[in-house]
Amino acid sequence: MPSETILLLGVNHKNTPLEVREKLALSSGYEEPLQALAGIDGLREYYLLSTCNRVEILVSARDGEAVEKELAGFLFGDALSPDQYEKYLYCHRNEEAIHHLFMVAASLDSMIVGESQILGQLKEAYRWSSDKKCTGPILNKLLHKAFSVAKRVRSETLIGSSAVSISYAAIELAKKIFGSLDNKKVLLIGAGEMAELAAEHLVGNGAKDVVVANRTLERALDLAKRFNGRAVGLDELFEQLEQVDIIVSSTGAPGIILHKEDVKPLMRNRRNKPLFFIDIAVPRDLDPALNDLDNVYLYDIDDLSNVVEMNKAERDKEAVKASRIVDEEALKFKGWLAGLAITPTITALRDKGNKISRMELERTLPRLKNLTPKERKSVEKMAGAIVSRLLHDPVIFLKSENCKDQSELKVDIFRSVFDLEKKE
Amino acid sequence: MLSEINYLLFNSVLAVSFVASAVYLVFFFSQKEKLRTVARMILLVSGILQTLYILSRYLIAGYTPITSQHEAVTFFAWSVTWAYLSFHWRYSVRNFGTFVSVLAFIMLLIAASASREFEPLAPALQSLWLPVHAGVSVMAYGFLALAFCGGIMYLLQERELKSKKFGFFFTRLPSLDALDQLNSHCLTAGFTLLTLGIITGSIWARQAWGTYWHWDPKETWSLITWFLYAIQLHQRVTVGWRGKKAALMSIVAFCSVLFTLWGVTFLLGGVHSYAQ
Repeated sequence: MPSETILLLGVNHKNTPLEVREKLALSSGYEEPLQALAGIDGLREYYLLSTCNRVEILVSARDGEAVEKELAGFLFGDALSPDQYEKYLYCHRNEEAIHHLFMVAASLDSMIVGESQILGQLKEAYRWSSDKKCTGPILNKLLHKAFSVAKRVRSETLIGSSAVSISYAAIELAKKIFGSLDNKKVLLIGAGEMAELAAEHLVGNGAKDVVVANRTLERALDLAKRFNGRAVGLDELFEQLEQVDIIVSSTGAPGIILHKEDVKPLMRNRRNKPLFFIDIAVPRDLDPALNDLDNVYLYDIDDLSNVVEMNKAERDKEAVKASRIVDEEALKFKGWLAGLAITPTITALRDKGNKISRMELERTLPRLKNLTPKERKSVEKMAGAIVSRLLHDPVIFLKSENCKDQSELKVDIFRSVFDLEKKE
Repeated sequence: MLSEINYLLFNSVLAVSFVASAVYLVFFFSQKEKLRTVARMILLVSGILQTLYILSRYLIAGYTPITSQHEAVTFFAWSVTWAYLSFHWRYSVRNFGTFVSVLAFIMLLIAASASREFEPLAPALQSLWLPVHAGVSVMAYGFLALAFCGGIMYLLQERELKSKKFGFFFTRLPSLDALDQLNSHCLTAGFTLLTLGIITGSIWARQAWGTYWHWDPKETWSLITWFLYAIQLHQRVTVGWRGKKAALMSIVAFCSVLFTLWGVTFLLGGVHSYAQ
């Protein structure tokens, strides 16, 4: 009885450029692709993950090789021919597939290692697959295990705690200053793309009011509308500085627009509430001396990059620990899977044993006429006990660890020895 | 029999408090959440044992055990521990327990080095005012000690943020805002109790010596301490003094507390000196 093959096919940001990933057939929603997958022969269970960095199909199939080709074709649709996509596609089988899935879930395969979004994306993808009844016992177990591995990695290592992009770094710093960003007010000086991105992160982490100050009011209005905020002119800057907590500056001004002397008198009116300046403009907008003021914290783009770099080194150490957890869990799951492969055989063996004992009892008992019901029971019990004791050692042998690697061969021999009919 | 129990109790207080700070320190380095729960439980046990120890001393001596060096410092450690535990019940400040448990342990060590003998109570101290005045004062010190710990943590964290070199403390210490709030809460509680302590003291002085205030060194230093905290509180309320200045002030003012507690006794003497 060949056990099921777990297959994982996909492309990710590591070896597939964005232009190719964009072309993949699965970029729009989960519903259609899942329905399409149902049409592929030999798939028992299937699941699909699509994020901006990766597209992966995970299936449990009867016949691995044939399915692999079909899935690859399905993944790339008409966009690329097999020779073209060969170099992008990775295909993992069984243990490798399990290991890869765990790596992805634990955010060790992410572009930003340790980021936490991927787990949510994985869960959503799983929800789609399970809602559409595409997953069965094996994938259900496998995915739930992947979630718990991710959780374990998160709680046992510090991998998720380091900021590894500039925006993350800014948020992390802000949290160390303000505790939480809830209801904090943000002022954007300059309405560029970088400012927009930073504001998005800040608002995503709880910041409430967004005020945009820009040279051209029109652009400021546009951006303010996105965050339900207000737009002001640059001449109202000082007034605003008394109200806000976090300032993101990104103007194209050639020189410094805000000096230490400008901010110093404001602090009294602010009752010394902390101010966090983030200067992402090149050349810089804000006077570096601002950082010397009490309760004022200034970070420019280089400072933030340093934070990112520092965190990367720290995080690499944690990643080693995390991979060890993944290895361990993948091995455990492999054990479970091997156990699953021998379960039908053990059941068949037990059935056979019980059948024999029942048959013999039916033949013998009518001849023993003087038995009391109690004695009858004892005889029945004895027959059952003989069978189960006889089968005990073979079952233990089948389950034993050292045989799991060659379980298919072992199961075959076992079935011939006990003459168990080949059945699914 | 009771004095043997008493002796054993103090030694176990010392041992448990040592274990609590050791586990807290290990947690501080490793950041394993399980350890924190364990450390907290041990600190709670230490707090209970301290209470029992003080009770047992009370039973043996027949008066509130707060008059000798050993007793006063033990009481101080007790108030620090319980101020933290009561505080913790409402707020959780990351890794605060490590600092507090170490401080409490150091105090208990100092108490251990002092004489544990029972001295007969001076007649002037035989009054119901003793537990009220001394108890309230030492409890004030407990909260002020928490503000001191918070101040140190604030300065450490602020230095990391200002220098932009994130080392050991950055991830382990809470946000500046949390530490500043901690400072403000502890200061309010500590200052209120300190004021009460001074008021009850002067009422007692009136009853015992006939004057409310007679410039005993300890009284003078308490007043200096009181002013230091009053200035800080006033500035916080009026112009929003906070952050580094407030943290520095809590540390300086707490040094004044320590001097009132020890310096005065050993250097200046006066009616408040402990039984030697």
